[in-house]
Amino acid sequence: MEVGQLQRKFVDYTASLFCEGFLDEQFTQLQQLQDESNPDFVVEVVSLFFEDTEKLLNDLTRALDQQSVDFKKVDAHVHQLKGSSSSIGAQRVRNACIAFRNFCEEQNTDACSKCLLQVKQEYSLVKNKLDTLFRLEQQIVEAGGAVPMVG
Amino acid sequence: MGSRGAGHAAQFHVLAVDDSILERKLIERLLKISSFQVTAVDSGLKALQFLGLQDSTYQFHQEVEVNLIITDYCMPGMTGFDLLRKIKESTSLKDIPVVIMSSENVPSRINRCLEEGAEEFILKPVQLSDVNKLRPHLLRKRAEEQLSISNKRKTMKECNSEELTNSVCFATGGNPKGFLLCSRTGKASPHGVEVTEHAMRKMRRKKQLAQKKAWAPLEVSSDEEPLRQGEGDAQEVEQLL
Repeated sequence: MEVGQLQRKFVDYTASLFCEGFLDEQFTQLQQLQDESNPDFVVEVVSLFFEDTEKLLNDLTRALDQQSVDFKKVDAHVHQLKGSSSSIGAQRVRNACIAFRNFCEEQNTDACSKCLLQVKQEYSLVKNKLDTLFRLEQQIVEAGGAVPMVG
Repeated sequence: MGSRGAGHAAQFHVLAVDDSILERKLIERLLKISSFQVTAVDSGLKALQFLGLQDSTYQFHQEVEVNLIITDYCMPGMTGFDLLRKIKESTSLKDIPVVIMSSENVPSRINRCLEEGAEEFILKPVQLSDVNKLRPHLLRKRAEEQLSISNKRKTMKECNSEELTNSVCFATGGNPKGFLLCSRTGKASPHGVEVTEHAMRKMRRKKQLAQKKAWAPLEVSSDEEPLRQGEGDAQEVEQLL
């Protein structure tokens, strides 16, 4: 695929992510913090998000698996996940966390387990989307083009 | 603490505190892109160590000046609020502006922080527009410091006895060559020294000149404290010289 086509694909794909609510305005803010002096800023921040989230999801799985669930701990983890997803603009993950916290307050183990599943799904989706996006960026750069600024 | 006077055009140094590595990376980038110098630490304890309030391995903290502290509210161990309180309780650090960040919009929390002395409360996710709001606080603080420094400055070399006889006290803010002109009529007054008609005219002229040169006329202090009503006389003022 030639550069122009790749760039158009990138622009359309990015737009769809915003349209479908996977990403919000905060992601655009991140992109604006990237420049020649920090060309990989977005990828670096998103990678931190992936690492952070995977650890939190493991902790949450373990915490909800306990005989006696420590809801304070669960809530603390979800709070952290809500914060980091919000900071990178992963809107659907963030929204899933908000619902999750409500059930933590109610100390409802079943509902919490369902929420965890939901959060895992949303995370998996946005991770795939962002990986695809970054791959597209890489292809553009490798083909000698510039990555279009969207948003 | 404090800049070295007029013309000190150094960057502002911000100490950022957040236990999340992602948030630290973000706030660091936001601050750097806004031309701030940044040090980021991951806990309130580390922040206090960096500021010199606690025994630590930071040997250089004495020489490092921090102009603003921006901290997350929710942190394990010492919260941002705890950190704020410790800073405001410290004689050496209480004048450093502190900004609190939080992902939760809880009015009672916000009020508590502002009442404890926080300069601003920023809702996460932090954006460039939030960081832009910080600079006015820092500029104002720096201006206040410079005024205070020159108010205490005693560069009296340009004074001669004639000037001493006729003029009224004022200091020139921000000008390293500024000097004090002091009245000598001898009687105590609300301003510490009585001012004759003649001296008043001269003072007005000098005030105008000072204003023209963008110096700020101030009341001079006879010691480290501002003049009190009815106290102070020409002798005390002369002792400044």
